[in-house]
Amino acid sequence: MTFPTKDDLIDFLYDEARMLDEGYFDDWLALWTEDGHYWMPLDYKQADPIHETSLLYEDQFMLRLRVERLNGARTFSQKPKSRCHHVLNRPFVDEMDHDAGRFVTTTQMHYVETRLDEQFLLALTARHDLVLQDGKLKIAQKRVDILNCDAAFGNIQLLP
Amino acid sequence: MHTPQTRAAMEALVTPYQVHRDLYTSPEIYRLEMKHLFANTWVYVGHESQTPNKGDYFTTQIGDQPVIQVRHSDGEIHVLYNRCPHKGTKIAIDRTGNTGKFFRCPYHAWSFKTDGCLLAIPLKKGYDGTGLDQTESGKGMTAVGAVKNYRGFIFARLAPEGIGFDEFFGDSLSSIDNMVDRSPEGRLEVVGAPLRYMHRCNWKMLVENQTDTCHPMVAHESSAGTAVRIWEEMDQPEGTPKPAAMQIIAPFMSPYEFFENMGIRTWPNGHGHTGVSTSIHADYSEIPGYYDQMVEAYGEERAQQILGENRHNTVYFPNIMIKGPIQQLRNFIPLGADKTLVESWIFRLVGAPDELLARTAMYNRMINAPTSIVGHDDLEMYERAQEGLHADGMQWVNVQRLYEEGEDLEQTAVLNGTTERQMRNQFHAWLKFMTATMPAGQEAAE
Repeated sequence: MTFPTKDDLIDFLYDEARMLDEGYFDDWLALWTEDGHYWMPLDYKQADPIHETSLLYEDQFMLRLRVERLNGARTFSQKPKSRCHHVLNRPFVDEMDHDAGRFVTTTQMHYVETRLDEQFLLALTARHDLVLQDGKLKIAQKRVDILNCDAAFGNIQLLP
Repeated sequence: MHTPQTRAAMEALVTPYQVHRDLYTSPEIYRLEMKHLFANTWVYVGHESQTPNKGDYFTTQIGDQPVIQVRHSDGEIHVLYNRCPHKGTKIAIDRTGNTGKFFRCPYHAWSFKTDGCLLAIPLKKGYDGTGLDQTESGKGMTAVGAVKNYRGFIFARLAPEGIGFDEFFGDSLSSIDNMVDRSPEGRLEVVGAPLRYMHRCNWKMLVENQTDTCHPMVAHESSAGTAVRIWEEMDQPEGTPKPAAMQIIAPFMSPYEFFENMGIRTWPNGHGHTGVSTSIHADYSEIPGYYDQMVEAYGEERAQQILGENRHNTVYFPNIMIKGPIQQLRNFIPLGADKTLVESWIFRLVGAPDELLARTAMYNRMINAPTSIVGHDDLEMYERAQEGLHADGMQWVNVQRLYEEGEDLEQTAVLNGTTERQMRNQFHAWLKFMTATMPAGQEAAE
C-alpha cells in the first residue's frame, strides 16, 4: 500500500474492532507502532494524558500485559470471561496527508461489554492517528473518549 | 433480622478476632453506621485547594449526608449540609463551582451567606408574625458539628459534641505531615478529576484491604506476575531501564517476607499504616532536581528524614487512605450495605518537578481506575465476598492473623507487616464510635 484510499482507512478501523470483539489480540497488537499509545481520558475534552489522571494511557508494554493477562490461569476477574461488541458508525476521515503518510479518523461507536448477568453500554468517540510504515497502516495513537467519562463505573475489562 | 440500637447488640457482633457478617450485609447496620459511626468520627470532606477562592464550593457527602465545602468571605472553609432549610432542595448541584458572596436556592430564591446564615427571602412580609425566625428554617443552612483544616485537608464531625480532632487522630497525623512535607513549599494541590469506581460491596472491605499485605501476590499475580514474566521474556541487556510501569506494578509480586518485614503501625481510634521500615514505593527512580530542592527547602538532614519515610497505605478511620510517597488519597464513600463509591484523587507537590506528578497520575490510572488490571481483581474479590457472606453455614469473618490474647488497641504498636491487627483496630474503633451515643443495654432499646 502506497496511497491508502478512504476505504482502506475505514476498512482498517472495522478490522480493528473485529479483532477486539473476536479476541485476536496478537493481531491487534501488531497494528500498533512501537511507540503507539492508547489513551482513554478521564475528563471531558482532557488535553494532558501525562500530568492528570486518565482511565488509560498505555504504551506497548502495558497493552501487551493487558491482553496477556486476559488469558492467564489465575486471572480471577476473567473467570468466566467477558465478551465485547463494537457497533461503528461510518468513520470520518479527517486528515489524509499522503506526503507525510499520516491519517486521522474519528469514529463514533457503541461499545457493549458483558460478563455473567451484567452488561453495559458505552457511547464512544475514537480518534485514530494512523501512519504508513513499510506499506502498512499502523496506529500511532488511539484516543477513546467515553461520553459519560465522569460517571462512576464498575469494571471495564476489555478494550473499548 | 432486627438489630436493637444498643451497645449490647453491637458488642455481640464484634469479638477480638472475628466480626459478624451483618457488619457487611445488613441494611440496618449500614443505617446505624450512617447515624452513629459517621456522625461521631472525623470524616474527610475534601482538600482546601479544591476551593481556593472566596465563594468556591465543592459538593460531596459525609456518610450518606450531602454536604458543601465552601470558602467563606473571611477566607475560612465551612462545611454545610447541602439542603435548603425551606423545602429541602439541594442548594448546590454542580460538583464544583463559585457561588459568589451567597448561595441562592434555585426553587424559591431563599439566599444564604457562605457561612450558611439566612440572607434574604423574596416577599418576606408573608412571614411577618408567623414566627419563622424562631424555627430552624429561619436561621439558614445548617453547618456540620465541627470542621478542621489540617494542613489543607478538611475533616468534619457531623455531631455537635464528641471527640476532638487532635484526640481522634493523635500521632497518625504524621502520615499527612509526611505527604505535605514532600513539597518543597509544604503545600499540596489537587490535580484533575478523581477516578470514580463503583463497587458492589460493603465499604469496610475496601478499608480492610488497604492494610491487607497477604493478598497482593495472590490476587494480583495475574497482573504483576504477568508483568514480571513479560519483562523477563523481553530479555533486555543487563542495566536496561525498566519501563516506568514495571516500577509501579512489579513490587506487588514481592514475597511474603518483604511484606512481613515492612511492618505495620497501628494508632488508637482505628488509624494505621503499612510500610514502617520500607514499602513497595521505596525503589522508585530518583527524579532529577527534586532532592536538591528538598535540601534547599529543609536542609539535608530533614530532607533525608522526610524522603526516608516510605509509608505504603495509611488508613484514616473510618473511610480514607492516603499514600504519602506518591501523593494519593482514596475516599471510600458508603452508598449502601453493598455499595461503595471509591474516589481516587492525586495531588501535586507544589514546587516539585512535574515528573513526580506524572508518576502519581500513572499510578492512579494503573492501580485505581475502573479500567485497571489490578483493580479488576480486587473488585472481583470484594464482590465474591459480598455474595459469599450470605452463606448461613458460617456467619463470622476472621481477622485473627498474628492475634495475641489481650492485645491493647488503645496503644500504638509496630508489628510484623502481615498482622491483621490494623483490621482488628478498625473494628475496635467501629464499636467505640458506633456505640458512643447509643443506650447501653437491651432494656433501653427502641
